[in-house]
Amino acid sequence: MSETVYEVMRSQGITRRSFLKFCSVMAAGLSLGPAYVYDIARALETRPRVPVLWLHGLECTCCSESFIRSSHPLAKDVVLSMISLDYDDTLMAAAGFQAEACIEDIMKKYPNEYILAVEGNPPLNEDGMYCIVGGKPFLEQLKHVASKAKAVIAWGSCASWGCVQAAKPNPTQATPIHKVLPDHQVIKIPGCPPIAEVMTGVITYITAFGRLPELDREGRPKMFYSQRIHDKCYRRPNFDAGQYVEHWDDEGARKGYCLYKVGCKGPVTYNACSTTGWNNGVSFPIKSGHGCIGCSEKDFWDKGPFYKHLSNLTGFGVEADADELGLIALGAAGAGVAAHAALTEIRKPGKEDKEASSGESGHK
Amino acid sequence: MEGKEGHFTFAPEGETGTCYVYEGPVRLWHWINAGSIVVLAATGLLIAHPFPSVMGEASHHFLMGDVRFVHFVAAWLFGGGFLVRLLWSLVGNEYSRELFHLPLGDGAWWSSLAYEIRWNLFLEKRARKYYGHNPLAQLAMFIFFVLGSVFLILTGGALYAEGLGEGSWADHLFGWLTPLVGQPQDLRTLHHLGMWFILVFVVGHIYMAIREDIVGRQTSVSTMVGGFRIFRK
Repeated sequence: MSETVYEVMRSQGITRRSFLKFCSVMAAGLSLGPAYVYDIARALETRPRVPVLWLHGLECTCCSESFIRSSHPLAKDVVLSMISLDYDDTLMAAAGFQAEACIEDIMKKYPNEYILAVEGNPPLNEDGMYCIVGGKPFLEQLKHVASKAKAVIAWGSCASWGCVQAAKPNPTQATPIHKVLPDHQVIKIPGCPPIAEVMTGVITYITAFGRLPELDREGRPKMFYSQRIHDKCYRRPNFDAGQYVEHWDDEGARKGYCLYKVGCKGPVTYNACSTTGWNNGVSFPIKSGHGCIGCSEKDFWDKGPFYKHLSNLTGFGVEADADELGLIALGAAGAGVAAHAALTEIRKPGKEDKEASSGESGHK
Repeated sequence: MEGKEGHFTFAPEGETGTCYVYEGPVRLWHWINAGSIVVLAATGLLIAHPFPSVMGEASHHFLMGDVRFVHFVAAWLFGGGFLVRLLWSLVGNEYSRELFHLPLGDGAWWSSLAYEIRWNLFLEKRARKYYGHNPLAQLAMFIFFVLGSVFLILTGGALYAEGLGEGSWADHLFGWLTPLVGQPQDLRTLHHLGMWFILVFVVGHIYMAIREDIVGRQTSVSTMVGGFRIFRK
């Protein structure tokens, strides 16, 4: 812990010039003003590296895959040297008992100083037997490591919301981590996977400023999750103009019109894809011609289909969305009214009154 | 025809006079509200199922933008009108309170409700007369219209907050709802269902109002135009 980030970076052959460039990139990425470049630089020069314990529960490792592909090669180097990644069973050289010993070691040496980063989530069914790490249910490892963590980061939609393994009917009872760690403020970085720059940006912020970034109601960092894909989408002008892809092979698709009608969930998805892009800003789903599937939103697997913008409602025995169902209800109401009107005509309720009073009530 | 403030009664069997029921602001609100519902439903459906695509440069068109604008203007009339109507119930006459207040503790109200249900099932020969709303209409208005409107205003406000963004007034006012119902996509689904809920009410409301005018013994549609309820023998 005596080493600062800057020292580690210099020892890895990163020049001061490159270091300052990185600080600029991060200040921009975190939506901070140019003045903050020097704050970040100073912080990284003086603050010790933060130990990070990165746990893996029920997951597919796409978060790790995304993280190690952080677009800016420099950013990746810097971030990996900025934090002291002391446990990550996917990336670390150690294995078995040796690896598990690292956890106890860090917890003993740096209580309440290390960051717990969680990829995936614990299944609660069958006493957590659906995910065993080091011979014990993952739930136990998670609670144990969280007990002395300074901050808890939920990487990806699994840890944040549950994601695919928590999709209905959720046989393993996979549960997002904030529900099993009620005493912790969990920073959610949802996405399947989350954007690499968002992940590194959050780590940078915590390291540089020694505190958590500002979070929204859901516990997501505002700097990356306060706008929808739709708000910054380069196809938004087509949406407003009324220009849509109607079919995947039509003129609109060739011209790159808005994908709203083919189910794009951009208008209901909070993420930074349309700003940062993926793979060094090369592209993102909409730019590649496919609608957003809303992977960073709660239970997006159950809000399908991906190619319709209204979700199907379950529990009615048929696959129908809100409008199809509503139209049926309205039709039923109309039929009911018509039948009642016909019955009224046949039965003529209150007829004797009307005949008696027809002479005096000419107002209608 | 003086007010029966405090407890519910229906009009006497022999009532054949007139009664001033709906005050000016209530009538004005009713028709503005009716118009806004029509516009909201039409533009809402167009937002959900937009017109066939227009071709050409995006900068030459603003079709969806205009449809959404009209939806928002109508939403202000609907939501703002609802608020004004709620405030009017504090200062208006006793009938103006019936929309928001069900006299659930009143036995006479419940027995009249039962009577109205039987009347609509053709089990009663004679229509009862009411100065204000009959209990069945009142109950339907409360459940479908009042609760439905609150639901639509809240979900619509939360959807509007998505556009205005984090920290906006709409976000402060309605944003809390989004995590409560799930996520923005759920908000959308619920807002759609809310619209159909109101539209089902609209069908029943219009039908019942016209039917009461014809087979009942008091005016209904014209009362909402002129304000006076005229009773027949």
